[in-house]
Amino acid sequence: MKKILKKYKPYIWLLSFAIFTLVSFLIGFQPGKDISINFRQFFIEMVTFIPFLFIIIGLFDVWFPKAKIEKHIGQESGIKGIILVIMLAMLQAGPLYGAFPVAYILYKKGASIKNIFIYLGAFSCLKIPMLGIEMGYLGWKFTLVRTLVSLPLFIGIGYLMEYRLKNKDFKVNEVKAKN
Amino acid sequence: MINNAVIFISVSVVLTLVSFFIDRKKTLAGLKKGLMMFKNIAIPFLNILILVSLLIYVVPPDIIQEYLGAKSGALGLAIAAIVGSIALIPGFISYPIASMLIKQGASYTVVATFMTTLMMVGIVTLPLEIKYFGKKVAIIRNILNFFIAVVIGLLVGLIL
Repeated sequence: MKKILKKYKPYIWLLSFAIFTLVSFLIGFQPGKDISINFRQFFIEMVTFIPFLFIIIGLFDVWFPKAKIEKHIGQESGIKGIILVIMLAMLQAGPLYGAFPVAYILYKKGASIKNIFIYLGAFSCLKIPMLGIEMGYLGWKFTLVRTLVSLPLFIGIGYLMEYRLKNKDFKVNEVKAKN
Repeated sequence: MINNAVIFISVSVVLTLVSFFIDRKKTLAGLKKGLMMFKNIAIPFLNILILVSLLIYVVPPDIIQEYLGAKSGALGLAIAAIVGSIALIPGFISYPIASMLIKQGASYTVVATFMTTLMMVGIVTLPLEIKYFGKKVAIIRNILNFFIAVVIGLLVGLIL
């Protein structure tokens, strides 16, 4: 019983909303109708581009495998190092805490403090899947301006962190997942 | 909206064709991967759309304009930065919210600040971050990024 509940838990909202909408139309409950019209608009907006975005992301994933690129990135310094960590970050997806293990890998491979923090910055504001969704929802102008404004600032953070942490035995710890 | 669909559909079709022409197997694997990822986010995404549909009905636009609009000033900025720092909303799900806020009268500054803190500052995940980087570094990084997010918001608002 518990297992079944757990399995269907994600659908509870959807189901209740479907029932709510149905009842609203049956008894002519105007707010319910209005909300469902809102929902329909958002839904159409979503299905007309998000699935295609994921097709693009999936293709990216097979042509530019992250693991392979990770293998080749590490100690490069200067502009080349910065560009490489930014490119690696752009290929990622997911929340920021997913970037910490990669930061550990970069650290292990001898990446500079600066590049580790540039990686975190780029991870949070330049991930390609995110940029795609952002363009779809907020327009390419917003995305372009936000990206161009953020990029130099995050590189600046990298330099600042390196300046502050140099010679202070900065290290990234390995955190093993508990299961 | 229609434009969006046209752009994303044509880009994905062109890329798929090019990729298919070069390597069939890889392309199929990629499509499968993409659709799996879509499947994984579909339900949470729909849930957020329900929430947004409700919010847009319940919260009148003038309230959003007052607290998050162009004239909300420092208060709007503070609300955006603090909520963004605390909330743990997956990025892809936050975009419908951001788009709704802008349509209802929130300013670009506020939305850009909210999005940036959301992605860059994590109070809830701070304990995990401390495990990786140590207390001092994690706290410095979050505080620094908090202020940078506000700067980004202000600059984006200034330009747009």
